[in-house]
Amino acid sequence: MTDTVSGPDVRTILDARGYRAALEWIARRAEAFVIPLAALVAGMVLFSLFILAVGKSPAQLYETMWRGGFGSWFSIQNSLSRGAPLLLAALCVALPARLGLVVIGGEGAIVLGGVAAAAIGVALNGAPSFLVILLMGVGGAAAGGIWIGVVGALRHYRAVNETISSLLMAYIAIALMNHLVEGPLRDPASLNKPSTQPLADLYRVGDIPGMEVHWGLVVGILACALSWLLIEKTRWGFAARIAGGNVRAAQVQGLAVGPLIVGFTALAGGFAGLAGMLEVAAVQGSANGSLAAGYGYTGILVAFLARHNPLAIIPVAVLLGGIDASGGLIQRRMDLPDATVLVLQGMLFIVILFSETFYGRFKLFNPDLWQRPDLLKGVA
Amino acid sequence: MDATDIGLWGVPLAMLGGAIRVSTPFIFVSLGEAITERSGRINLGLEGTLVFGAMSAYAVAVMTGSPWLGLLAAAAAGLCFGLFHGWICKFPKVNDIAIGIALMLFGTGLAFFFGKPFIQPSAPDLPAIPFGAWSDIPQVQAALNVNVLFLIGAALAIFLWWAFRNTRVGLIVRVVGDSADAARAMGLDPNAVRLLATGTGGALAGIGGAYLSLYYPGSWTERISSGQGLMAVALVIFARWNPLGCFAAALLFGGAGALGPALQSVGVTQGYYLFYAAPYILTLIIMIATSSPSRTLAGAPGELSITK
Repeated sequence: MTDTVSGPDVRTILDARGYRAALEWIARRAEAFVIPLAALVAGMVLFSLFILAVGKSPAQLYETMWRGGFGSWFSIQNSLSRGAPLLLAALCVALPARLGLVVIGGEGAIVLGGVAAAAIGVALNGAPSFLVILLMGVGGAAAGGIWIGVVGALRHYRAVNETISSLLMAYIAIALMNHLVEGPLRDPASLNKPSTQPLADLYRVGDIPGMEVHWGLVVGILACALSWLLIEKTRWGFAARIAGGNVRAAQVQGLAVGPLIVGFTALAGGFAGLAGMLEVAAVQGSANGSLAAGYGYTGILVAFLARHNPLAIIPVAVLLGGIDASGGLIQRRMDLPDATVLVLQGMLFIVILFSETFYGRFKLFNPDLWQRPDLLKGVA
Repeated sequence: MDATDIGLWGVPLAMLGGAIRVSTPFIFVSLGEAITERSGRINLGLEGTLVFGAMSAYAVAVMTGSPWLGLLAAAAAGLCFGLFHGWICKFPKVNDIAIGIALMLFGTGLAFFFGKPFIQPSAPDLPAIPFGAWSDIPQVQAALNVNVLFLIGAALAIFLWWAFRNTRVGLIVRVVGDSADAARAMGLDPNAVRLLATGTGGALAGIGGAYLSLYYPGSWTERISSGQGLMAVALVIFARWNPLGCFAAALLFGGAGALGPALQSVGVTQGYYLFYAAPYILTLIIMIATSSPSRTLAGAPGELSITK
């Protein structure tokens, strides 16, 4: 074995401090996997009881769900398509969460991002397609970024609670969209479903080659990866984590907390706005009422399930996309209401939040407790 | 014809009538939220409770033929949701705001799940008292047709205002909300008090939901609540945790909500959707105007996470 001088992987820890240190390292990290996984399983068991109580078979339900979400290449692509906007919507919750903010109004940024993108795409009809698509993305992100950035600014400079204000602004955004889509931006040809004028085919975002999943999936994964780098590897991310832990301490250290909060919330809203742009450019082809489809709210669940870790958002968003995608099949095969999926999501959400209480409480995962059982009293 | 055509006077009259009609769910949810927040917890899940209350009230009223049994069912369902929130939040590291969001999702999901068969049948309405019977003008009669729940809500606001100041229970809730340590020193159990306060709040939110499905708009659909449960949270902050303030603020919100339909009834259709957003914009402006970065809000319970 050669000497290792690189990062602190398991081997160097073994060499340096022996098996005990390695075990401690593993124990501490195992907690971050075991507890959410156990919570997920517990949530599914609870949901089984609920399904039994309404007189259906949980086994058949989970089988149908698997088939509808991940059972075939077709359903996997469907799940990925539905997971794509969730990636960006979840970042809108996860990034501010690192600063200790609970922003739940991402839906507003999605809606306005979509409207802005549609307006740009229609106004610039005739210009080269790469330029228009780029400007639509920038416009959508800017609209969403301003919307949620305002929430962050109000929080820091006026102490307005961000949870409530973001939610109120989501309702205002949806009303604004309805106004624009039914009024100034309405395409007279859209009769039953008021919409903006359809985008020219040239300006539509297409599918990833070889798949029936649009490029939004790639954009979403890139956004998650960049967000992870931002939080874990840059000094802004470091500063944000300090401010999230203790605002006073961050201010004493001379960190510019205000710009940090506004910057992070604006970036978060920008991602949600981008999700709206993709929804218009890749799925709908115009801005209409379907933009308020609830991605912003499912995104809250994804972010919490992922414990606000941008990399963990990727698998969780695909999982929830799969659950969403299987909703139709459950409805048809098992004669259950379409809200079944919503009940499952609600149950999972509650169990996951409840599992927060178990971190640091299990002796197995907490090396400090291995030889000092007396410490356990203080933890609970 | 000229006896019924009252022209632009129709707008303030329709707003008054609308304020009375629209405000009732706000009164109940905000009074419930005021009790919960005074005990130091915040329950964002009241939105889900409201929707579930609306569904269960409608379902029970359809099945039994009695709107009052429906109301009772909604209150009982709300009590269960509230108690659950109160119980789960007593565990360390469990965030009451996040649990509220989860319960909002869960309550709406359950309501849609069980409410599917009740979208078609029609339920009996809660009774209203025609205070406008003296007038010959139909608009006046319509505006002054006041539901009994509105009157109960008004009485409840006055009672709670008095009870918070003058009763032992009121004092206990306030102490627990201001400082859990002080409450423990007095021999009180903060978790138990919060459990009961959150349960009561949930029951009141359930009643607010019953009003929606059994009186105005008076039917069960999946779009029955447009965020009333959440706006109540902002409303309580605006009302400074004072029950009488909650009542006044609920009337104001109801009036703002009635602005769009009132203008539409006299032919102003431009910007209809923007008027629809009036209550949300009003709430936001009020929150910006009354918040301050340098001090906590006057009247805020010390243990409340949302104002820190």
